[in-house]
Amino acid sequence: MTVAAAASARASRTRLRSLLGEHPVGYLFVAPFVLFLVGIYAYPFFYAIYMSFFDYFFSAPGAEVVRPFVGLGNYARVLQDPLFHIAIRNVVIFLVINVPLTVAISMVLATALNAAIPLRAFFRAAYYIPYITASVAAVGIWLWLFSGFGLVDKILGPLAPNPSFLINGLLAMPIIALYVTWKGLGFYILVYLAALQTIPKELYEASKVDGASPIQSFFAVTVPGLRPATLLVVITAVITGANFFTEPYLLTGGGGPDNQSVSPVFLIYRFGIEQNHPGYAAAIGLLLAVGVLIISGINRFVLERP
Amino acid sequence: MMSSRHALLAVGVVLSLGLAACGGSSLASTGSAKGAVKIWYSNNAEEVKWGDAVVAAWNSSHSSEQVTAEQIPAGKSSEEVIGAAITAGTTPCLIFNTAPAAVSQFQKQGGLVSLSSFSDGNSFIDGRTGNRAAQYKSPDGSYYQMPWKSNPVMIFYNKDIFTKAGIDATNPPLKTYAEFLSTAQAVVSKGGAKAAIWPSPTAEFYQPWFDYYPLFIAQTKGKQLVEKGEPQFNSPDGLAVANFWKQLYTKSLVPKEGAQGDAFATGQSAMAIVGPWAIPVYGGKVKWGVAPVPTKDGMDASAIHTFSDEKSIGMYSSCKNRGTAWDFLKFAVSKESDGKLLDLTGQMPMRNDLASAYPDYFSAHPDYKLFADQAGRSVEVPNVPNSVEMWQDFRAAYSKSVIFGNQSIDEAFKGAADQIKTLVKS
Repeated sequence: MTVAAAASARASRTRLRSLLGEHPVGYLFVAPFVLFLVGIYAYPFFYAIYMSFFDYFFSAPGAEVVRPFVGLGNYARVLQDPLFHIAIRNVVIFLVINVPLTVAISMVLATALNAAIPLRAFFRAAYYIPYITASVAAVGIWLWLFSGFGLVDKILGPLAPNPSFLINGLLAMPIIALYVTWKGLGFYILVYLAALQTIPKELYEASKVDGASPIQSFFAVTVPGLRPATLLVVITAVITGANFFTEPYLLTGGGGPDNQSVSPVFLIYRFGIEQNHPGYAAAIGLLLAVGVLIISGINRFVLERP
Repeated sequence: MMSSRHALLAVGVVLSLGLAACGGSSLASTGSAKGAVKIWYSNNAEEVKWGDAVVAAWNSSHSSEQVTAEQIPAGKSSEEVIGAAITAGTTPCLIFNTAPAAVSQFQKQGGLVSLSSFSDGNSFIDGRTGNRAAQYKSPDGSYYQMPWKSNPVMIFYNKDIFTKAGIDATNPPLKTYAEFLSTAQAVVSKGGAKAAIWPSPTAEFYQPWFDYYPLFIAQTKGKQLVEKGEPQFNSPDGLAVANFWKQLYTKSLVPKEGAQGDAFATGQSAMAIVGPWAIPVYGGKVKWGVAPVPTKDGMDASAIHTFSDEKSIGMYSSCKNRGTAWDFLKFAVSKESDGKLLDLTGQMPMRNDLASAYPDYFSAHPDYKLFADQAGRSVEVPNVPNSVEMWQDFRAAYSKSVIFGNQSIDEAFKGAADQIKTLVKS
């Protein structure tokens, strides 16, 4: 081999290495997950962006159809759609009720379940059961409780709201937020329980030595110690909360009363699947994703500050 | 962190996948090809029995053109399942559960075969269904569906509740709106029913077919919601029907939330709007009677039109052996197969000669006679572009004004009519 040829081979190896890195076999190991990620998340995401710029509709393979380019037209229509405004308002109502309640209740309950209380195992399981129960079954119970002929109305008697909870424009969304809070508590309690194990016991001992009451040590030791977990809980609750769908679909009979409990995801279903306007639905989805990203960014900024 | 080179590689993969997906095989149009075909039918026990019998009869004499039958895959609705199957190219040749309201959407998707493209397509459909067939033509003048069977809706009532309320259960006063309202009041106040009648108040686009639309059809003597591109509901008759329902809601004779379970079967509701399918369903549970839907001033039963609640048969564009599919379709709606359908399901084949074709059946099953009579004057949903969206807009206006009273009916219906006029033209 000539010097020039050897230099050329070296250069080509270097180029290959610079392209593929020191350990190209690593690509082989990550390939299955990358394919999964690309196929299940990235491709649909980018395709949704593409669809949102067209008057898109689903068609048969090989069918000759015209899907005009509409630019930002779908976004403009969504932003002017009164139903979308209601849906966004509902997300705000939902998050304002659901997120603080989720954080507060699951933190307090996790702290209680972390202490040596009687029937601890039973309570831990009990709080987790709604989380693993199928939504349809859980919604059935809430319908039985909160419908006009339901148990809660019967107990309240003349004090029951009129119209009753699920067909009351003012109460439908709070009921949905409470339902989701109740259903998701088990998961968040588990997150906090795990986080509680990481708080050094010495901190509690020190606060006790300093004369702190249990409530004072909860606020001085537990709450700050759980801050990373709280960040996770808040971001997870915001993301799952902003995507609520089952509840308006099943609990309030399709976003009722009179569309007062529709959510963005419910509208995506209605426009994209039922009415075959996936371009419009994709625009809603992307606006929602941007909104959730912004809220999550703000949460992170606020909660991660020392 | 991912380097820009690696990011470029990833984007390349995504784009290549995207481009691959943009392609698609073009299916050859094979109008006369013969061979094996697959069909889907509804998953209720009676129709499964009928489907199996008809397929077995066909297969026994067509060894080289075998038909495979499957129940339609489970989903929230058949329309969603079929829509997804069209997109994926996995539809069978024929689906015996195609909703007329979804036909315009399936047609736009390129999912349906024009039955008019068969040399005897139009003449066969017109010959079997008569004048009513015209309602099933698409705006381009072709048939993309074979009108198959209807469930003309009527008022079912619980005789025990009516008797308890002191109402003549044999010939109850349900003809006019005034009679209906006073009967409704009696069955709730004296009959022990929670509701006089309990149509679902939920927001799905198809709910008007079981509250407003049958009464609208009756009141207008057979008009569709939209005719020749013009909404018909924002008219004195259309508004009268809406005001009638509003009175029922305002007087709490009809609940504003959905029933838990079957309200009629459990005696929570004294009446229900149903088709003949209800006879075997309620037969053993409720002592029932049946009456035509009411009109404002009352009409003779023989003049009342109603909603068909019809299901059609569609031939789907993924079908290769369309010759066999068309032959099997005609076999499945032959006089013999229709007779079997009537016998096994009680649903009314969309035949012009229904009563005269099966005299033995109707003399043996007098309960079905009134439904058969109504079937002759059944009216379909309009076959217009954006049909589902149109019904959703109408439902929104109806919910807002009639069920929840958050807007005047006049205002809501005018708004919906303006919206719908634009929708059905696009």
